Amino acid sequence: MASIRLDQVRDAGFLHEVEEESGQNISTCYQCGNCTAGCPGAGFYDRQVSQIMRAVQLGLKDEALRNRSLWLCLSCSTCTARCPNNIDVARVMETLRHMARREGLVQDRPIESFWKSFLDTVKLTGRSFEIGVMADYMMRTGRGWGNMDMAPAALLKGKLPFLPSCIRGRDEVARIFKRYAETKKEGQQ
Amino acid sequence: MKLAYYPGCSGHGTSKEYESSTRAVCRALGLEFAEIEDWSCCGSTPAHAMDTVLSGALAARNFKQIALTGAEGVVTPCPSCLANLKLARHRMQDAAFKARVDALLDSPTVENAEALPETYSVLQIILEQIGPEAIRARVTRPLEGVKIATYYGCLMSRPADVMQFDDPENPTAMDKIMEALGAEVVDFPLKTECCGAAMGVARQDVTGSLSGRILATARSFGADAVVTACPLCHMNLDLRQGQAERQMRLKFRLPVFYYTQLMGLAFGLPDETLKLDKLAVDPAPFLQLVARRRKARIDAAAEAARAAMEKAESEEGAAS
Repeated sequence: MASIRLDQVRDAGFLHEVEEESGQNISTCYQCGNCTAGCPGAGFYDRQVSQIMRAVQLGLKDEALRNRSLWLCLSCSTCTARCPNNIDVARVMETLRHMARREGLVQDRPIESFWKSFLDTVKLTGRSFEIGVMADYMMRTGRGWGNMDMAPAALLKGKLPFLPSCIRGRDEVARIFKRYAETKKEGQQ
Repeated sequence: MKLAYYPGCSGHGTSKEYESSTRAVCRALGLEFAEIEDWSCCGSTPAHAMDTVLSGALAARNFKQIALTGAEGVVTPCPSCLANLKLARHRMQDAAFKARVDALLDSPTVENAEALPETYSVLQIILEQIGPEAIRARVTRPLEGVKIATYYGCLMSRPADVMQFDDPENPTAMDKIMEALGAEVVDFPLKTECCGAAMGVARQDVTGSLSGRILATARSFGADAVVTACPLCHMNLDLRQGQAERQMRLKFRLPVFYYTQLMGLAFGLPDETLKLDKLAVDPAPFLQLVARRRKARIDAAAEAARAAMEKAESEEGAAS
């Protein structure tokens, strides 16, 4: 691991920002490592949860935000359940992902694309819809062919309706997304 | 308390059998819920992965639809819907958060955040309002002599302070129900280990290895089947079982049921409500195993009765 000059790279306000946005008292983390020990995604991460927690404490903003783990986190909350200091660690991971996205640091395009495809379908029809999500995802990424091996079984079992169940209030749902996009734009200005 | 019903999107697609068996089991147990008119998606994982306020607003539109039914609370079979609706209500107790959510809606939610509807899982309602004894009394075809691994997944009881149900590390709600149905519940250590959740589309290697570990462990504990209460867990363990097998270089062939399907089976509910034919892994060997064990018990009981009769007859003969 590269050496870090704390006097040069520390962002003094970062810990406070993360604590504020996540509502968690991150200073109480004493690096017991329970979060990492129980994390089902740990084997796929490029930074472990406990390392990310330490980076936040030290104000190492780039270290905390520029990693793929924030996207690979499964939101299972095992870390939260096992933290001896009652930190909602999963909430911290989620907050960091939101912050990283705002800084333009999306580290895993396919995962981010899946989330967007899912939400696009909800925006369009008011509900999620499997074939719609997959089609949108494959158009966005050119990926997803590996999922096709499930399609015959799922189709045969009548588990993949071809048409979405569009709800009457879908415009109302679309307006939620529209207002959300507007608030995001305002936030950037 | 009057409760509304929120089915969740997957009930119309990949978890049709969960939706249908849940309704059938609730009806059989005398639980009545009013379905919410024109409900919309809760946003699931993608919404809160993007933004908690957006996630809150997608949930909150449903709070308004729930209010239209006149119900004070809502039940859902899906743990992801459960978590989103519960978390939204929990976070909206903070006035600043609630104001940001309300700003995204056509009209704001009720002023008093405490009046927002509470959400419960169907599992919680079945356990707390009906209970294992009443379930046992309803069983006509016990699941005798079979071993079940109960798999709960992540969301049913986590985070504990919000979910307020069962144990976050060692939940037992489904164990109690399966025992009431006559099955043996194995001491499964991966009850709440993540199956890979929604990662399957973008990262099959993640779901394959995490679900594979759950299935391999269930097999090694001698389970004849796995039960779950979550559409996403079910998809990863059942529909994606072939992917998990290839990833692990193992064969599982382990049937994965929704707990409501096994309840319906033990209650003798009609096949068309249980939709066992929707399962990707063939449940027939499991069903045959239950039938063989039942036949063996009945044969043994008949044999014992015959022996007792013969003994009584011969004693009578000796006495006269």
